[in-house]
Amino acid sequence: MPRDGYRPRYRRGTARTGAAVVLALGATLLAGCSAEEGPPTLTWYINPDAGGQAAIAEKCTEAAGGEYRIETSLLPNDAASQREQLARRLAAGDSSLDIMSLDPPFIPELAEPGFLAPVPDAVAQRTTQNVVEGALTGATWKDKLVAVPFWANTQLLWYRKSVAEAAGLDMTKPVTWQQLIDAAAKEDKFLGVQGQRGESMTVWLNALVESAGGHILENPEAKADQIELGLDSKAGTEAAQVISTIGKDGLGGPGLPTQDENNSMILFQGDKGSFMVNWPFVWPATNASVEDGTLDASLIKDIGWTLYPRMNEGEQSAPPLGGINLGVGAASKHPDLAYAAIECIVTPENQAEYFISNGNPPSNTEAYNDPRIKDSFPMADTIRESLELSAPRPQTVFYNEVSTSLQQNFAPPDQVDPAITPQETSDFIVSVLRGENLL
Amino acid sequence: MSTTTETPTLPSGQAGRTGRRRAIQQFSERAKAERRLGWWLAGPAFVIMLAVTAYPILQALYDSLFSYRLTAPDERTFIGLGNYGVVLTDVVWWRDLGVTLLITVVTVVVELILGFALALVMHKALKSVRGWLRTAILVPYGIITVVSAFAWFYMFDINSGFVNTWFNWVPGIDPDLNWFAGTWTSLAVIMASEIWKTTPFISLLLLAGLAQVPDELTEAAEVDGASWWQRMRRVILPNMKAAIMVAVLFRALDAFRIFDNVFIMTNGAFNTEVLSLLAYRTSIGRLEIGLGSAVSVLLFACVLLICFIAIKLFKVDLASQRGDK
Repeated sequence: MPRDGYRPRYRRGTARTGAAVVLALGATLLAGCSAEEGPPTLTWYINPDAGGQAAIAEKCTEAAGGEYRIETSLLPNDAASQREQLARRLAAGDSSLDIMSLDPPFIPELAEPGFLAPVPDAVAQRTTQNVVEGALTGATWKDKLVAVPFWANTQLLWYRKSVAEAAGLDMTKPVTWQQLIDAAAKEDKFLGVQGQRGESMTVWLNALVESAGGHILENPEAKADQIELGLDSKAGTEAAQVISTIGKDGLGGPGLPTQDENNSMILFQGDKGSFMVNWPFVWPATNASVEDGTLDASLIKDIGWTLYPRMNEGEQSAPPLGGINLGVGAASKHPDLAYAAIECIVTPENQAEYFISNGNPPSNTEAYNDPRIKDSFPMADTIRESLELSAPRPQTVFYNEVSTSLQQNFAPPDQVDPAITPQETSDFIVSVLRGENLL
Repeated sequence: MSTTTETPTLPSGQAGRTGRRRAIQQFSERAKAERRLGWWLAGPAFVIMLAVTAYPILQALYDSLFSYRLTAPDERTFIGLGNYGVVLTDVVWWRDLGVTLLITVVTVVVELILGFALALVMHKALKSVRGWLRTAILVPYGIITVVSAFAWFYMFDINSGFVNTWFNWVPGIDPDLNWFAGTWTSLAVIMASEIWKTTPFISLLLLAGLAQVPDELTEAAEVDGASWWQRMRRVILPNMKAAIMVAVLFRALDAFRIFDNVFIMTNGAFNTEVLSLLAYRTSIGRLEIGLGSAVSVLLFACVLLICFIAIKLFKVDLASQRGDK
């Protein structure tokens, strides 16, 4: 019977295939083992950028001379999702979190439960020299350095020279929000601000409150049921007044309720653009658009920059502070190597290189001495000055609750009532922190 | 089965006629073996189901009784039904429930009407184009929800969208209309996207129902002089009631759990938050495992309630869909 004769052969064939698969699998596993025998691999969880962090990782791997290898792993796009992923992994004791690019407001939440490996004193000393004050504050929790400052960000006031001139504003002198509001209204232009219900709203509100001399939280290090808010104050009301006026008078344009940093840049580049508060990324981005031919070359010459607008004449402004600090996971198998790698990553040379290639300003003032920086970023001195003035967002374990509550109450801007919103928001945050309300 | 060769028995069809008791005795060996085989076949799937559904559900039930924050594991305290009290007395929960129900009802009703029309077209289409037509209608259903949500978002977005310029001539639409800056305009886009995406699913289920209606019935009605509408109302619809109810139940349960479209288009801003998003934001965003589990458990209870209402009150019989009745 040919059929019977066929079957065993088929079975043997299957067995042979099976054996081949097992062998292949075994070979792969062995290959995996042999790879482990090389230098230890440190995983660096990075926020998305233009490839700068990956380049630094490569550079530091080479510099380590076989002591360790740095591999980068990409985190989600926005800061909130990055925090979600890192917090979950840290809580679960993921040992692959050797180095993490951390957004400063979320550091207390991770430092408090001991999710971050302690920074060795020697490393702390070496990596904090010449670092701007704001960046240090963002990396500190309860008077102890818990992460290493990498790059620091701040917002500038960007303006169209033609509009400022037409409105009769002298941009060599400090300007106030009221002046900008009047100028935009007079010239029938739109102000570039971020009115979206998102982290950018907290950034804006915090800068306004701090510039007016107040604080959103009076005692950010307190426990959930003891936190006191400073929003229901003169500073809070003044901040709400600015947001409300821009929203109600339509000065932010029709897109304001959904406007983030990128959208406000697009608005600023258009015909209705006038003044905008935004991060320095807008400079390389606008230059790139001009090079691509999507924007007119004359636009570049029309763009000016200065320090963040003031709330009151004669009082310094407190520009927003951003950036990235580097932390090491408590469950990391190689914390010493991770801190050695971090020391390599944050050298002033690497920070300067990163600024030029990716547009993210250094936290180390020494890096600003690199002559190449002035060519790519003519506003580098303004950025450095702004960093010295900048104020961080509330450093609290409950930052997510506080920030989300602020966003829910202050967005959209046209719904803000300076007489009611600050007080309502304060009450709301208190009840959320006490666990009496959903968020 | 090997037992059948060892003890020749009557075919099962005759067993009923010759006496049930004897049959059970005769078949007990074989029945046992079959049952054992059944367990061997279904067992692994059953265990996996327990592991991936029953275990998380029970864990969520347990967690919901604690005040428990992921970043403060040492401060976990038992608070009984406290979390449920917070959720059920909060206006946010009831607002989100209202939005979720609104989206469910509107999308299911519109999808049912559109889906039925599409099913009729597919059913009656010429043989030569039938394959193409079905494929074309099914395309939206094959697209990943997140992708379709982004497509709809960018279509309507005030910065990148083309809808405002293309439909400038429609009263109420102008280039300055910010769709995602208002509750009703946002919900309209969210629901339109949802309807576009899942109408094919309903139309497919309804097509199966249409195919089950015997042609003899409609032909007889036609011979008797029934108009198209009369045939539809008296013959076709009553005969595919089971298919319609199954389609409605499946879609309602699906629509009630809507997440992707809202998450991507508004992220709950302007009072467009739905219950799944609230559960996500509480558990994953705030890392409040206790409170978030309570929201999830209540969401699960709502889904169970919809099932109960559909099966008990509207007498949806899932088995009849297979033609067992």
